[in-house]
Amino acid sequence: MIDAKPIAIADIDPSLIGRKTPFVPPTVSSAKGPIIESLEWFGDLGLFLWQVVRAAVTPPYEFRELFRQLDEIGSKSLPLVALAGAATGVVLSLEARYSLTRFGAKSLLPAAIVFSVIHETGPIITGLVVSGRVGAGIGAELASMKVTEQIDAIEASSVNPYRLLVAPRILVCILMLPLLTLGADLCGLVMGWAAQALVEPLSFHQFITSGFKGADFNDLLPPTFKTAVFGLIIGLIACFQGMRTKGGAEGVGRAATSSVVLSSLFVILADVVLVKLIIMFFP
Amino acid sequence: MDTIDQIAVKPGEADVDSSAAVVAEDLHKSFGSQHVLDGVSLTVRRGETLAVLGRSGSGKSVLLKLIIGLEKPDSGSVRIHGGDIAGLALDQIGEIRKKMGFLFQHAALYDSLTVEQNVAFPLQHHKKAMSSSEREDRVRQLLAEVGMLDGFEKMPSDISGGMQKRVGLARALALEPDILLLDEPTAGLDPISSAEINDLILKLQEEHHMASIVVTHDLHSAKTIADRLALLNKGTVVIEGSFEQLQESDVEFVREFLK
Repeated sequence: MIDAKPIAIADIDPSLIGRKTPFVPPTVSSAKGPIIESLEWFGDLGLFLWQVVRAAVTPPYEFRELFRQLDEIGSKSLPLVALAGAATGVVLSLEARYSLTRFGAKSLLPAAIVFSVIHETGPIITGLVVSGRVGAGIGAELASMKVTEQIDAIEASSVNPYRLLVAPRILVCILMLPLLTLGADLCGLVMGWAAQALVEPLSFHQFITSGFKGADFNDLLPPTFKTAVFGLIIGLIACFQGMRTKGGAEGVGRAATSSVVLSSLFVILADVVLVKLIIMFFP
Repeated sequence: MDTIDQIAVKPGEADVDSSAAVVAEDLHKSFGSQHVLDGVSLTVRRGETLAVLGRSGSGKSVLLKLIIGLEKPDSGSVRIHGGDIAGLALDQIGEIRKKMGFLFQHAALYDSLTVEQNVAFPLQHHKKAMSSSEREDRVRQLLAEVGMLDGFEKMPSDISGGMQKRVGLARALALEPDILLLDEPTAGLDPISSAEINDLILKLQEEHHMASIVVTHDLHSAKTIADRLALLNKGTVVIEGSFEQLQESDVEFVREFLK
């Protein structure tokens, strides 16, 4: 049995009495720390975003770095995003087939797959895959540059690191996420159809015609373009975590991990808000 | 007892004349509860080399970062060619930095760029009018100056620490600075490489006639390349003067350090 003896004044270390810093019970300080740290983090993130926006809108523009990042973030993420989209399409097809057959609604299978993929699974899978691959990559790269003083060296060379390193990465994330989402959607639909066609012969044309029956641009464009917000979140958080890194290899590891964890978390939270807004404004 | 040696120039009392390239006055800097600099004042004139000595963690590197504006002082001022850099916007500091070269402790070469691209980096960003062939010539000239012409196509990870410092020096000299800041130029190098770097710095000083501040804890290197030395301890300048003046000091810390 645990002896829950209350702390009496007499139990307090006499050396603590008379100190200038008031004694704070551990429960209070441990509850206060994370809240203040979180508020500071959001404050610093806001200032960081302001610096990036200021650097991004004033010349000179770093087109060379922008094109390099289009390849690094965009092209090189496509195979992974396509694979994740394809796998999701197959799983959706198998699951939806089983459920809809049970309820006698098998004819709705193409529409169920199409709407699931373009409304939600395509965008969110793309967001999470990119936050894993690109978030970790940007976070680790910038953190490594920070701890080896390469970012200081850029600044010492009279080049604004926000303009050279941060703005192109965030901008490319914003631009590439909707395009990568379209890629994931396409692969998801193709593989969703393939999984269904293996069980029951159905042409791709029939699948698409039946699936998109009753769909309009409001079903495709808002969910696709909401991923631009995911791109902003991934780029911003990964760059921020990388640029504020302290310490050596341990700091780099922490930056990479926190970039992925935080960007994934904020992508999911943003998705909740964005889905609600899309339903409100694009019914 | 006075902590400042009577025979040396007292910090803060150096004349602020027109020949002063860098004047640091009463610099204070803290990180959290740690007071790194506690009223440091230094003056470096054109063509002069000042070595800042001190134990590890005495604030030597922080001092250099305050001078180039990578860190902001809590109080005090840094004047470059007479102009106070405190309170300047980033773009204005950028203009001043173009006249300053900085060699980092571990060279801080960009690891995604080759040796040649590292040296070309400042030129690409600030000498837009330069054609690519002119830029290439200038890079080769700088690499030749530091004896690195053979490895220009290599990546920084493929060259030794001494070579990285040479390339870092070439990059620092790319914009023809009139102030050169060197952070531990011989740290981590073997005695032969250290001697080569010292000779190189001396040669560059003669050729370019820059004001230089060398932060080091290598007494031999400081004695070889500097005109004057300043010894930091606990965030303050304990003594400032020539090597001989330091040797004659009866301040205990100075005597301990010179041992």
